Amino acid sequence: MKALICIGHVPDTTSKIKFTDNDTKFDTTDIKYIIGPYEELALTRLLDLRDAGTDMHITTVTVGTQETEPTIRKALAMGADDAVRVNAEASDNLFIAKQIAEVFKNGDYDIIITGKESIDYNGGQLEGMIAEFLNLPSVSGASKFDIEGDKILLEQEIEGGTLKLEASFPFVVSAGKGFCPEPEPRIPNMRGIMTARKKPLQVVEPVAKEAVTEIIKYHLPEPKPACKMIDPDNVEELVRLLHEEAKVI
Amino acid sequence: MAILIYTQNYDGKFKKSVFELVTYGVAVAKELGTKVTAVTTGKPDTEILKELGKYGAEKVISITNEELNDFSAQAYAYATEQVAKKINADLIIFGNNPYGRAIAPRLSVKLNAGLAAGVTALPSSVSPFTVKKRVFSGKAFADVVIKSETKIITLNQNSYKVEENPVDITIEEFSAEIPEGAYAVKPVEIVKSSGKMSVTDAEILVSGGRGLKGPENWGMIEEMAEILGAGTSCSRPVSDLDWRPHEEHVGQTGKVVAPNLYIAIGISGAIQHLAGVNGSKVMVVINTDPEAPFFEAADYGIIGDAFEVVPKLNEAFKKFKAEN
Repeated sequence: MKALICIGHVPDTTSKIKFTDNDTKFDTTDIKYIIGPYEELALTRLLDLRDAGTDMHITTVTVGTQETEPTIRKALAMGADDAVRVNAEASDNLFIAKQIAEVFKNGDYDIIITGKESIDYNGGQLEGMIAEFLNLPSVSGASKFDIEGDKILLEQEIEGGTLKLEASFPFVVSAGKGFCPEPEPRIPNMRGIMTARKKPLQVVEPVAKEAVTEIIKYHLPEPKPACKMIDPDNVEELVRLLHEEAKVI
Repeated sequence: MAILIYTQNYDGKFKKSVFELVTYGVAVAKELGTKVTAVTTGKPDTEILKELGKYGAEKVISITNEELNDFSAQAYAYATEQVAKKINADLIIFGNNPYGRAIAPRLSVKLNAGLAAGVTALPSSVSPFTVKKRVFSGKAFADVVIKSETKIITLNQNSYKVEENPVDITIEEFSAEIPEGAYAVKPVEIVKSSGKMSVTDAEILVSGGRGLKGPENWGMIEEMAEILGAGTSCSRPVSDLDWRPHEEHVGQTGKVVAPNLYIAIGISGAIQHLAGVNGSKVMVVINTDPEAPFFEAADYGIIGDAFEVVPKLNEAFKKFKAEN
């Protein structure tokens, strides 16, 4: 089986977010980049399945400039076999999805896996868009993922319960919490890092697709007034404030 | 000019989040000088459909296809596309929930429509069409311009105040053409959950963290939730340790919630946790550690031992509820 997994290059979850150029650009100063947490979860699951005996070739795909290559190399060091980078700035989602659909068409992949959402632009749109470009079935935010022969067994949390699903290849899925049941972080060792340097990383140019969305300005949340401290021996005061001042009870 | 609102019903009933979408859509329609049409599936009763009129929808299109009783993103996208074209929709609004997240991206490709996901407010401008959306997991917001002729947005839950605005509503039945192959993903089984309030629907959440020391100490959390008519949630370590079920985990990698009131007990407030709850209107934190980062984000705080403070607070809430 050949899997194509989308690897996002996103600011570390603990990053302090700032903007420059009159709040029109994300300030990348001092930002440490990581593989998107949901994509890392998905990759970990694929590697676990492979370790357990599923025959699998894992290719990563990233839409991004050369700056994303250390993140891609990290995915290779974790155990992916090779990588494709579409050499373009990742901004508009339809543009990104179109690029990934093209990469899929140009290889003989059986499945595309994305994270449930990126933690920077929080779109959560890629898997549906890619699937639609390719006219393939998809499941978003799968909370369980198994492969049994030519079948994919999935679970998805829905209103009031869990939905168990069955799909066949080719297929598109986005990984939510639970996708990898007991994720052991795969911290690349020295050998992994050395081998990753030699693994193929193919750079392709993007296909044309007009951007239909554009971010024109960023805002930080309004600073909150200082927390009102309440004496632990006077909890009635909290009840009064929640009722009279905050009006939430 | 027309606005289409995707209104999901659960077992033939609408939830408050749907009325929020309709109220929001009506406000946008006023700005654009147009009207709101709702679309739904599964043939809910006429009386139920009429509820949408109470919030200002002038028409609801009820898609009658029985195959849509099972969810398939592909099939739903086909059906929604046909309705959108039928009414010439130039703005389509979904809730930012599992249905919206599954259908909206596909519709975006079908209609070459720009999609802004996780919108939190009314458009700041209708030309160019500009909306505010959540980015960096709630650490910031962005103004996004959608340039395409047809536009799609998904609205974050609890972003807009539900208001009644009664109008006469027309109900129209519609049979969509669903191509074969749109049901390639087969539902096998639905495992119903405990029937408790879901964390994303709760208007008040009582949330517990590792400070509670063990699952056996959740009685007082559940008691508070019961007194307040609230849901219960938890931090990541608590769900990782299996003290509480995974569906209660709120935070960056769990569920993102925006209740009116979030009460955090024994949760330090790591940045990843705050990313999942910073949309809450009011936050209360109870923690022994005065240096806990949650105190910087919260509106009200009590420095104290949860095992002493929570039982007292439960008594105070009980007294308040009895008097109000």
